[in-house]
Amino acid sequence: MLLAAAKLGGSSAAAPTQHEICYIFRKIINFFGPPLWMKYKLLNFARRLGLMLLVIWTVVSAVTLLIELVPGSPAATILGETATAEQIDNFNQKHGLDRPAFFISYTNENGLTWNGTNNRYYDYWAGLLHGDLGTSFRTDRPVLDMILDRYPATIKLALAAMLVAVGIAIPLGVLAGRHKNGVLDNIASFIALLGISLPTFVIGPFLVYVFAVKLGWFSPTGSLYPEDIVLPAITLGAALSAILTRMVRSSVIEELGEDYVRTARAKGLSERTVVYKHVLKNGLIPVVTILGLQLGVLLAGAIITEKIFSWQGLGLLLLEDGIAKRDYRLVQGCVLVISVTYILANTLTDLVYRRLDPRIRLS
Amino acid sequence: MNRLSYIGIAIAAAVVLAAIFAPFLATHDVTAQDLAIRFAPPSAEHWFGTDALGRDIYSRLIFGARISLEVGITVVVVSGTIGILIGSIAGYYGGWIDKVLSGYLFNVFLAFPGLLLAIALVAFLGAGLGKLILALCIIGWVGYARVMRGQVLKVREYDFVQAAKALGAGNMRILFTHIMPNAIQPLIVQASLGMAGAVLSEASLSFLGLGIPPPAPSWGTMIEEARQYFAATPHVLFFPGAAIALTVLAFNFIGDGLREYLDPKQRTR
Repeated sequence: MLLAAAKLGGSSAAAPTQHEICYIFRKIINFFGPPLWMKYKLLNFARRLGLMLLVIWTVVSAVTLLIELVPGSPAATILGETATAEQIDNFNQKHGLDRPAFFISYTNENGLTWNGTNNRYYDYWAGLLHGDLGTSFRTDRPVLDMILDRYPATIKLALAAMLVAVGIAIPLGVLAGRHKNGVLDNIASFIALLGISLPTFVIGPFLVYVFAVKLGWFSPTGSLYPEDIVLPAITLGAALSAILTRMVRSSVIEELGEDYVRTARAKGLSERTVVYKHVLKNGLIPVVTILGLQLGVLLAGAIITEKIFSWQGLGLLLLEDGIAKRDYRLVQGCVLVISVTYILANTLTDLVYRRLDPRIRLS
Repeated sequence: MNRLSYIGIAIAAAVVLAAIFAPFLATHDVTAQDLAIRFAPPSAEHWFGTDALGRDIYSRLIFGARISLEVGITVVVVSGTIGILIGSIAGYYGGWIDKVLSGYLFNVFLAFPGLLLAIALVAFLGAGLGKLILALCIIGWVGYARVMRGQVLKVREYDFVQAAKALGAGNMRILFTHIMPNAIQPLIVQASLGMAGAVLSEASLSFLGLGIPPPAPSWGTMIEEARQYFAATPHVLFFPGAAIALTVLAFNFIGDGLREYLDPKQRTR
């Protein structure tokens, strides 16, 4: 049948060429459904999506389990030792703490008991799917509202830090890559290693001391004026700029050895054009990936920076209103939102990276 | 090994020696307060000056090295051992074991920002040295496991492993005496960088008030205490900051040097 088909498609009576056979095969495959590469792509996408949902489920369950492990009852912690039994009962009833924690519970008298859907874990999931993260133990405000009030500040800080990092890393990395193993390269590499090793909580106060206390250019803490973001952004972006500098350097070194660079130079282009228009364009692909992966790290790492500068973001909300005041519902919400952002950023980066680099897309 | 890694080794050795001989090197009691001399600048009596409670900063730094190294070494050894075991099992057995371990478990731990997980664990479990170490081990093992899995996947195809199999060696024997010694090299780099990471994480958590509670002389706690006063008296922040930065830098230098040394491709570059 195949031969007959080949003859039909062929232009002459001679044996079909390879091209014609391929064409016929493609026709047959298309007849049975979407092309194979599309099937593979969908499968890959579904697998990533499934893994992402599985990870999110694990994170929610782990955080819920951890809260149950906290010694002592939240009511006693929040209401204090002088609370009456009635007040404690009311509190427990309001926050569902009088009901079992999970589907199965264990007591010495009853052994293992099946609780059905009458449990807090189920309630939390039901709320979550309706966009409800519960109410704060302390303030009785919905946790989601509290988080949404503070999240924009953290995102702003993370993006500003990223801008600072890219602004430092590209010129420094190119400089180091172009003068491989020279004095400039060694200096740039040393600065990069310093950036990785210096903790945020050392860089932050140092910047405050120099630029706020001694020079008086910025205010030491707070987020009242637009320029207040400069010091926190540099503090948070320092480590990332160090990582990026090293990546840009090795990318530039690698690309400079390619044939197209020799061609560009032979055309008589200036070194500046060669590096910034040709080399950098190709060398930046891995950098884009790292940027995406680091967005999540920045959001999580912002906790320390926010504490140093009293930046009213999600990290400070977690530390001061959540952990310090033992408002576990709020801690649960903050941890969840930060980790889900992190997971989403990573998954998205992975998908974008696949589109950017044809070698990965086709493999 | 490059020149920077020798500098790293020298600094790390100094920190280790300071930690071991802390009682002999310290000039004052680390918790002894003397409010009459608070914020004293560096002098012959107090080499690095005194802090807000009049405690000797130099002696606290020396004893702080003990805490940092105790956390660093314990975390590296425990999480390294767990990671190597799990990674080897995933890489050697493959199949559904590998799918569950590297496909699900590794991804779950990698999908979670490490510092946030440590903060959440310590926030719920409570502060303290043991809980801090536990939290850092929980976030640390997966890095080793991933590297080890990749290594084992490579080494298990080598001829000598096939030969051992043909001779009838059992799985455990092949894994522990043939594969592991040949797969463990990159883990040394990981351990050195992990040491830097653990010292940094301990200081970060202590800085956030979630690590080792005062009056223990943890470097992170010292920075947190110094933060409010450093505008007027920078030395209270400078010395602990320098101690953390130098220690982390040293282990990063060593890790970088080892990586270059073990990877001939990078050595020639």
